[in-house]
Amino acid sequence: MPVTDAIAQSLPIIAVSNLIKQFGRFAALRGVDAEFCVGKFYVILGDNGAGKTTLLRALAGLAHPTRGTISIQGKTPQEACRKIGYMAHPSLLYDEMSGIENLRYFARLYDIAGDERCEEVIRAVGLDPEMARAVGQYSQGMRQRMSLARAILHDPKILLLDEPFSNVDVHSAREMVGLLKGMRDAGKTILVVTHQAALLEGVADEFVWMQSGQIVERTREPGGEHSGAGTR
Amino acid sequence: MSSLSSVTLATLAKDIRLEWRSKDAINSMLFFSLLVVVIFSFSFDPTAEESREIAGGLIWVAFLFAAVVALNQTWARELRNQVLDAYRVSPAPATALFVAKALGNFFLVSVLEGLMAPLFAIFYNLRAVGPAWQLIPLAALGTWALVVNGTFFAAMSLRTRSREIMLPLLLFPISIPAVQSMVEATRLILSGDGSARFWIVLLLTYDVVFTTACLALFETVLQAE
Repeated sequence: MPVTDAIAQSLPIIAVSNLIKQFGRFAALRGVDAEFCVGKFYVILGDNGAGKTTLLRALAGLAHPTRGTISIQGKTPQEACRKIGYMAHPSLLYDEMSGIENLRYFARLYDIAGDERCEEVIRAVGLDPEMARAVGQYSQGMRQRMSLARAILHDPKILLLDEPFSNVDVHSAREMVGLLKGMRDAGKTILVVTHQAALLEGVADEFVWMQSGQIVERTREPGGEHSGAGTR
Repeated sequence: MSSLSSVTLATLAKDIRLEWRSKDAINSMLFFSLLVVVIFSFSFDPTAEESREIAGGLIWVAFLFAAVVALNQTWARELRNQVLDAYRVSPAPATALFVAKALGNFFLVSVLEGLMAPLFAIFYNLRAVGPAWQLIPLAALGTWALVVNGTFFAAMSLRTRSREIMLPLLLFPISIPAVQSMVEATRLILSGDGSARFWIVLLLTYDVVFTTACLALFETVLQAE
């Protein structure tokens, strides 16, 4: 790896400082401090209710911090929204429209003109852009892939993916992992919340363990001190 | 084309396409308004003169209640699969979403009015004695008054547990000045008892004030958790 690339990759693209998020009296995040570097693949693991999804939503700008800061190369998530691609657990797609119709609409929100980019990302996730079926008639796995296509539509530098492999068959999940690996190799920073850590073994650069709203461990391998729960 | 107008048009086209496919809002509104016309025509047997006195109130209240159905539908669509989050994480301006939704609702309620007005005229034996052309700007301003606040308050009540109840509770009280202007202006035009100019200007003022306020506050509503 050239020295300049190595330096670039050691720079944090996301810096989270003392992030606290409360919903009423319940604290979903209790002082998260973390840095995520350019071109790295992070897997966020933990039990249900550990704060993984809230952290991702805060990074996407959807959950406003009660206290603490999030900096995306010096900007707030809202200011840096063009750099962020977000895939949630629900599909964030209109069930009554086809995949290409959905992407055409979301492309307008990012000032992307024409159909080329929409067709390119649909093919990239292994679907057919010509498919006229409404998204509501897709299988769960196809919906997940189309949801990923929507998240990468504007070619973001950071990908925040919440449970991208849930209800996806093993073969399709491996294809999605391959696609994500290619994106990481192209310099994207990827944060994946999942319970399926085994799928990402050998691909992810770091496994981030969360418990009770805090990051408790960061490891190179999925088998950390806290690996007893939250993975399968 | 600027981002604002381009996103507004894309969102408006998307909403009309979704409504065309599902016909959820327009069918419910039509059915409701039709019921009002038929039930009231059986309940009362007014003379032509009495009809001119009461028709304004009847028509606008029917449209107000029917519009609530469309207003709830507009935002319910954005809640399914949390699609609204996809908009919130995008750089698209909040104003574009609001304007598109308000225009979409204006279009739907106008279609309803276009279909129902002849039926009201037939069932209640209505004929304008005053300047009938004034009914057109009055309908446009009145419809905008209903949908601009309705779109805003429907968005505001989106995350509440009983949003179908919340919307009328928020919308109806604030619509009283607009509804009064619409009813009085319609009565004066139909009966020819005087000029409706004052009420139309009042309605125009109401529209300007509330459109400005809704545009200014919508981003806060959209980004609220």
